[in-house]
Amino acid sequence: MIEERSLTYRIIDIVIWVILAVLALSCLLPFVHVFSVSLSSSSAIAADAVGLLPVGFHLENYTYIMQNRDFLNSFGVSIVRVLLGVTTTLALVTVTAYPLSLDRIYMPGRTVFKVLMLIGMLFGVGLIPTFLSYRNLGLLNSFLVLILPPAINIFYIIIMVNFFRGIPYELAEAAWLDGASHWDVLLRIYIPISKPALATIALFAAVGHWNSWFDGILFLNQADRWPLQSFLYALVSTRQINWQSATGVRDFMEATPEGLSAALIFVAAVPILLVYPFLQRYFITGLTLGSVKE
Amino acid sequence: MIDNTTVTAVKSDAVPLPIIHSTRKNSWRMVWQQHRALYIMLMPAAILLVLLNFYPMWGVALAFVKYNLVKGLDGSEFVGLQNFQQVFGRPETWSIIRNTVVIAVGKIIFGQLAAIVFALMIHEVKFPPYKRLVQTLTTLPYFLSWIIVGAVMVVLLGTQGPVNNIVEGLGLRPIRFLADRNIFPWTIIFSDVWKGFGFGAVIYLAALTQINPELYEAAAVDGAGRGKRMRHITLPGIAPTIVLMAALSLGSVLNAGFDQILVLYNSVVYSTGDIIDTWVYRVGLLGTNYEIATVVGLFKGAVGFTLILFSYWLAGKYANYRIF
Repeated sequence: MIEERSLTYRIIDIVIWVILAVLALSCLLPFVHVFSVSLSSSSAIAADAVGLLPVGFHLENYTYIMQNRDFLNSFGVSIVRVLLGVTTTLALVTVTAYPLSLDRIYMPGRTVFKVLMLIGMLFGVGLIPTFLSYRNLGLLNSFLVLILPPAINIFYIIIMVNFFRGIPYELAEAAWLDGASHWDVLLRIYIPISKPALATIALFAAVGHWNSWFDGILFLNQADRWPLQSFLYALVSTRQINWQSATGVRDFMEATPEGLSAALIFVAAVPILLVYPFLQRYFITGLTLGSVKE
Repeated sequence: MIDNTTVTAVKSDAVPLPIIHSTRKNSWRMVWQQHRALYIMLMPAAILLVLLNFYPMWGVALAFVKYNLVKGLDGSEFVGLQNFQQVFGRPETWSIIRNTVVIAVGKIIFGQLAAIVFALMIHEVKFPPYKRLVQTLTTLPYFLSWIIVGAVMVVLLGTQGPVNNIVEGLGLRPIRFLADRNIFPWTIIFSDVWKGFGFGAVIYLAALTQINPELYEAAAVDGAGRGKRMRHITLPGIAPTIVLMAALSLGSVLNAGFDQILVLYNSVVYSTGDIIDTWVYRVGLLGTNYEIATVVGLFKGAVGFTLILFSYWLAGKYANYRIF
């Protein structure tokens, strides 16, 4: 153990600590910068004087956003989308995974179903056929288009099937002997003991729904039905949304397009920051459950 | 009395005994009588699968017609493989395929390398709070959308942005990260590596914690230094994971990152930054070149599907990976 105290060992340790600190800061500082821009005065932004701390602190960008109807509307759409989307996903995933996980029950057609599911979900027909088909199905401009396609996610189903497989079969068998139906076993035994897997899927699905934006842009042609991230895309990339057209510009002397965008970026990230501590606890479960199974 | 009978009726209907196991061959009817619920449970997924995944496959027919926007598919003229000839006869097609593969492969190689090196460095830190702090900060960008991260990138990498302020502070000329077509693919690759390395390392760190600590103690007692322990214990410990990730990444050779590029690109960098997905959206959908874009989309779908199957086969062969 003499080596542990040697000089080279210490130097390598310090180098590693410094590199890790630089990497960690590289992930933190960009967001700190954008946050300070959102709090800085228009003159400071114009003069490029904002570093890591706000210059000419004010909250007008935020008060402006908070009274902007387009923003509030899209924020609401996003919240509803996450709640309904996660519920639908969880219901569908558990109900689909249960029959697929009961390998010991003879069920003709199960393998065919699995193969078709894999083919259907892994073979992408492309954007145009999908778009035209959804149009034929009447999904265009419907809120359902934000909920249903993400609900059947093969990776969540695989995670769930593998978790259900880990539940001792005797548990279900004993319940059947007592007269329980498959629905009883799923709802009263399997789901209650699958909380870690369900939490993992719920969190990942929630993040996925919150972050989705292309489906909004593609399938919903009325901007007032867009979720927040679609709204943000229109703002940052095509600049379709004109801040100046909103009412009450005179009351917001310090609000600037840069500052407003920065404030919006930050507000869109806040829900992720709020669930992040829970995500961290579960993402290893998610990875290991879904992958290698001996 | 009536209550009683209904209860027993419900019960006798609900009891699925004797449970049919796969060892016994049974008729469909018995299975249906006893395990109807299992089929009913698969119904919602089956319906969605048919409507959302299989029904759109008719659209592949668009690749073989001259699409009539007014009359739809039925009113369109069948042209055979003419669309394919047109698509693959144009240099533009090969350019977007090349861009896609270059960017995707760059992301895979640099992304995995960064994740492995980062995991190895974290593993060397013997102070858990620092480990947690670094991991917390580096994993966060993965969970933010490309809209948010892209908007941050635009602020950071602009010619007046903080990164170029530093570059100029070093006495260099400002770099046009998003507006120079030779630099743009690298901006895409490295911003993606930056966004993903923290999360990418999680799977390697999970493998590293599986290594028996006694191996390190025994090696230290035998006089093996840091380098030797890394080479003979740590690397063999994560080798299966590296093989697995390498095999699985093959499936994404045509996925260069639609979200990211759509947010960050502009007409100046189309020649090197336009990928299959962005081209299909911009030229195909927005420009209503449906049949041409369907051909390109079909090409991507078919090659991508083959690659995924091949990657699963490799992962199964060399890393004992099974999806179901």
